[in-house]
Amino acid sequence: MRRLITWFGMVLGAAAFAAAAQQPLKIGFGMSLTGPLAGNGKAALIAMEIWKDDVNARGGILGRKVEFVYYDDQTSPSTVPSIYNKLLDVDKVDLVVSGYGTNVIAPAMPIMMRRNMMFMGLFGMNVNSKFDYDQYFQIMPSGPEPGIGWTKGYFETAMALEPKPKTIALVGADAEYPALALAGAREQVKRSGLKVVYDKSYPPNTVDFSPIVRAIGATHPDLVYVASYPPDSAGMIRAVNEVGLKTRMFGGGMVGTQFAALRTQLGPMLNGIVNYETYAPEVADKFPTLEAFLPKYQARAVKEGVDPLGYYLPPFAYAMMQVIEQAISATKGLDQAKLAQYMHGNEFDTVVGKVRFAGNGEWAIPRMLAVQYHDVAGNDLAQWKKPGRVTVLSPAEYKTGSVKTPYQ
Amino acid sequence: MEFSSALFLNAIVAGLLLGGFYAAVSVGVSISFGMLDVVNIAHPGFIILGSYIAFILSDRFGWDPIAVSLAVSPLFFLLGAVIYRIYYICFERRGQESLRGLAFFFGILFITEVALVLVFGVDYRMARTAYSDTTWRLGSVDFPLRLVVPFLVSLAMVLAVQAFLTRTFFGRAVLAVAQDPLALRLMGVRTLRVKEFAFALSIATAGIAGAFLIVIQPVQPSLGREYIGLVFAVCVLGGLGSIWGTLAGAFILGLAESFTSTFFGPSWAPAVSFGLLLGTLALRPSGLFGR
Amino acid sequence: MSNARFGLAVLAVAIVIAAASRLVTNDYFFSAAYTVLQFVVLATAWNILGGYTGYVNFGSAAFFATGAYTSIFLYKAVHAPLPVMIVCGTLMAALLGLAVGYLTLRMRGVFFAIATLALSVVLYTLVVNWDYVGGARGAYILQPRQMPFGFTRYVQVLFSTMLLMAAFSIVVARVIETSAIGRGLAAIRDDELAAECAGVPTLRLKALAAATSGGLMGMAGTTFPYYLSYVEPGAAFNLSYAVNSIAMPLIGGMMSWMGPLIGALLLGTVQQVVQVTVSSEWNLLIVGFLLVAFVTAAPRGIMGWVSRRFGGSGP
Repeated sequence: MRRLITWFGMVLGAAAFAAAAQQPLKIGFGMSLTGPLAGNGKAALIAMEIWKDDVNARGGILGRKVEFVYYDDQTSPSTVPSIYNKLLDVDKVDLVVSGYGTNVIAPAMPIMMRRNMMFMGLFGMNVNSKFDYDQYFQIMPSGPEPGIGWTKGYFETAMALEPKPKTIALVGADAEYPALALAGAREQVKRSGLKVVYDKSYPPNTVDFSPIVRAIGATHPDLVYVASYPPDSAGMIRAVNEVGLKTRMFGGGMVGTQFAALRTQLGPMLNGIVNYETYAPEVADKFPTLEAFLPKYQARAVKEGVDPLGYYLPPFAYAMMQVIEQAISATKGLDQAKLAQYMHGNEFDTVVGKVRFAGNGEWAIPRMLAVQYHDVAGNDLAQWKKPGRVTVLSPAEYKTGSVKTPYQ
Repeated sequence: MEFSSALFLNAIVAGLLLGGFYAAVSVGVSISFGMLDVVNIAHPGFIILGSYIAFILSDRFGWDPIAVSLAVSPLFFLLGAVIYRIYYICFERRGQESLRGLAFFFGILFITEVALVLVFGVDYRMARTAYSDTTWRLGSVDFPLRLVVPFLVSLAMVLAVQAFLTRTFFGRAVLAVAQDPLALRLMGVRTLRVKEFAFALSIATAGIAGAFLIVIQPVQPSLGREYIGLVFAVCVLGGLGSIWGTLAGAFILGLAESFTSTFFGPSWAPAVSFGLLLGTLALRPSGLFGR
Repeated sequence: MSNARFGLAVLAVAIVIAAASRLVTNDYFFSAAYTVLQFVVLATAWNILGGYTGYVNFGSAAFFATGAYTSIFLYKAVHAPLPVMIVCGTLMAALLGLAVGYLTLRMRGVFFAIATLALSVVLYTLVVNWDYVGGARGAYILQPRQMPFGFTRYVQVLFSTMLLMAAFSIVVARVIETSAIGRGLAAIRDDELAAECAGVPTLRLKALAAATSGGLMGMAGTTFPYYLSYVEPGAAFNLSYAVNSIAMPLIGGMMSWMGPLIGALLLGTVQQVVQVTVSSEWNLLIVGFLLVAFVTAAPRGIMGWVSRRFGGSGP
């Protein structure tokens, strides 16, 4: 009889455990599926869904299947409070991550702070500087001082040139990311003693960049630092090729050259440009797990009409979810404070390498790659999938070669 | 910054090239808004549609996008006729003010944008042409063919429209309908047909202008919204109902943008352009060449 | 019903709603309702110049952003309390409306619309280049820890404030509508030339309407920075403000204060619902179709359709 009761109890217990384990683990977020940054948003979503499929194939996290609840934030900050309030109060998700970009991360911060929830950000520049929230984390590898870390590679390479450059031109779009990147560049300029001979910005929907490039050229700068989004990156590069710009180093913070679209459109025009990347095939051996992820992403990206290379945002979106998975598994639960504490104190193994966070939630050590494009011929995409078009200049542990100057 | 003659000359050339392009995108609005009083706020949406069609055909078959758009323009003409028919039946016949037409076209703008997103995705596209990478140099002045070719074709298109309006019977009917539709009806002209033709023509020009756009810069579906202000500014500045006015307005705005970008700060270019517009509206509301 | 009694009735309704909302525990209601109420204010404000006077304002975003950036400026300069921000923002936007009114209302209606569009762009460029309020980099406005009247969450404060603003704008609209000013505006709308000949002080009335309309739009924008905590020019000058403030009165009916209210509640709620259900590019498609369908099928708006069906004159 006792054995029957024990057996019955065990079955009940197992059933209860199974029932609890059946409850899916819901992760909620807003993502840019429409609007100007939708290309990146959709790419990130694909990466996150690949992660979800991978995790669920292994049995989920803590035995629970992962489910996403997400809404389109239209790349518009005014949708964010409603979306995150709904996710937390109505959909009752267990965990929340951010959308893509400072614009949609910042409005969610007060909501996260009020509920003391751990909040993981996807590529926002220095969002935590004003909020000072100890449960905020950022997967962008720009380091504890994001403006400095973002621009470090370019300036490090520039100041190592012989003879030392003296003057610099700064230019960028009138939008949130370029303005922040340029602020970082100005800080670097102060630290390196360069003289600024041109410091202007342009409206994001500028059609013709040749007047700007000529004005820059008229100041004869040794260096040119550009912070731009894909359409104006393309415009600036074209204009520089048409007008001709005599300078020693050109580039810096241009979003867009990391994507297939611009690489195939501009082709050889990219040669000589020094820009930032987060990954290049030249350093593939440093990121062994990434090689397994990229083909999966690329297959789905082609089907959905998004960037078919996936070198920029997708690996980090995937890594962001990996960090969360490892934190939950390690703390064996969803206690937000414990998760945050664990994330502050530990190193994570992800597709983008080892990730460690600083006190303010940014990466402890910046790891933006500064690269120079070379030997690009023609407009095909295949040449970019293997090593040979990109020289990694910085940081030192990833360096594959030296910069070739002058730019033109 | 030194004020060099090279900088000055290049600013003029860049401004004119830009102005030619602006004229192409605005000439349709000059017809639909200037002459027919239809507030077609969806005009930039049709331009983007034209961009994508030119891109797809030139990408698939290797033809020149501008040539493609000229070949495809009859389709845009038909599209314009259909849309005008709908607009007329729903709004003009009932004698509603242009405000309802405005909301109608806003709806069309959004629907066009979404349709493009669903079919083509949200990534930026840009057309490659044989001359995209060539630049002619004349002394110290550069003429990038990426801008020169659209400029020349757009000038040709605008001049063709002007010639059509002033020299052909149907064209003169369009001008007449803008001035006095009642008189025209009394003379036995089917004004609906005339207006439909004019609107269709304006959409056809939008389709062709779309090819210029995608040769000059990368395009994505929501780009149309950025051009709403510009196309109406060009028409109003130059004077509604006048093609020469549109051309002049376009050149003025192109030059203003180019000079501000070169000598003062590109950031101020929109303020200068639209400030000019505000000033013109305050001092001479009918525009430079308007009636 | 006299204006005083109407005002009291509206205030009473607002207070009841605010009190009832204290029972709501989920914050989603407050953020969604805040957005819908914001559009009630914008639509009602727009209609004063658009529906009553017949002048289409394409630059609602400019006035809205004026309110928002006045708040940001005051926050950065003197850390002003919210009521001060609201009053100053409304005044600044009203001044802007007055200035725009005197400068542009000498133009034929359609040119006024283009001028407001140009104004939006000029103001946007000015703000982008104004570093003190953040420029293109954006400005961070942190929600205060202290909350009045025993509120526990700041979004509730924002909701209640917006509720009062909506009530206020509706009362203002009705006061104008039923007064001599309203009759003068209607005369201008019907035939400006005839009105002038009849002795209506058209320029002064138009300027008053523009100032009131602009001021109320600015008022809607004053709490926006607190709602988002981070404002950059693109968010404040978003095209959706211009489109919605035109579409909502169009859909609801432009003849009286009820039209914009109905239009804003309807379209605003639909947008909120679609955002969290369908949620993708179809969102925009639905808005587009709604716009087209309504202006085609119900030309005088919902109010017009109702009054045709059930006869009688409006409130």
